[in-house]
Amino acid sequence: MIIEYAIYFAAFCFGSSLLMNLWKIVSAEGVGDRVLALDTMVINAIALMVLFGMWKGTEIYFEAAMLIAMLGFVSTVAYARFMLRGNIIE
Amino acid sequence: MAEFFQYVVAASLVIAGIFGIVGSFGLIKLNDPMSRLHAPTKATTLGVGGVLIASMVHALMVEHHLSVHELLITIFLFLTAPITANFIAKAHIHRHCTAEDLPDPAPDARWAGLTEEEADTPDAQ
Repeated sequence: MIIEYAIYFAAFCFGSSLLMNLWKIVSAEGVGDRVLALDTMVINAIALMVLFGMWKGTEIYFEAAMLIAMLGFVSTVAYARFMLRGNIIE
Repeated sequence: MAEFFQYVVAASLVIAGIFGIVGSFGLIKLNDPMSRLHAPTKATTLGVGGVLIASMVHALMVEHHLSVHELLITIFLFLTAPITANFIAKAHIHRHCTAEDLPDPAPDARWAGLTEEEADTPDAQ
């Protein structure tokens, strides 16, 4: 019972974090901030998926969270590489 | 005993949520781009780590089966967060800084984000 309320609280926190990151993506003045906000969105999405898996009591969402973690890392590195060099694969 | 671990899970979930919201609030609140880099890469990663710890304790102590997927995600996130922070900082140096803005690098090295022409400071020549 108490776990359920804690899950609601944590989901509220990470959901409002996602909204803040979205606001930052819209309102940032530099492209570096946008990449950073996108990376943070990926991490918050992972947390939300794990919370959803705990709430539902299944384990299938952990695999999805793992995949999102890997793809998020690769995409952030690709964005940073593009900012740094102007192309991704040389 | 299971009730005690329910409180442990709930406490780490609440702490994780607070860390997550602090990280994202720092992202929109802090002024300098390099200060903004600190909040999400540290606080948010800790928040996700708290959620994953809560999930592991929940699976082991409340639902009585061992689950190691969370450990994989935790290790992966804790390995990749500093790497992405380093890449973003490097890109920031490349786009916004010149050699005069930065402290002097080690004697036989140069800043990684700067090209060779930018790294040649006037006083070094």
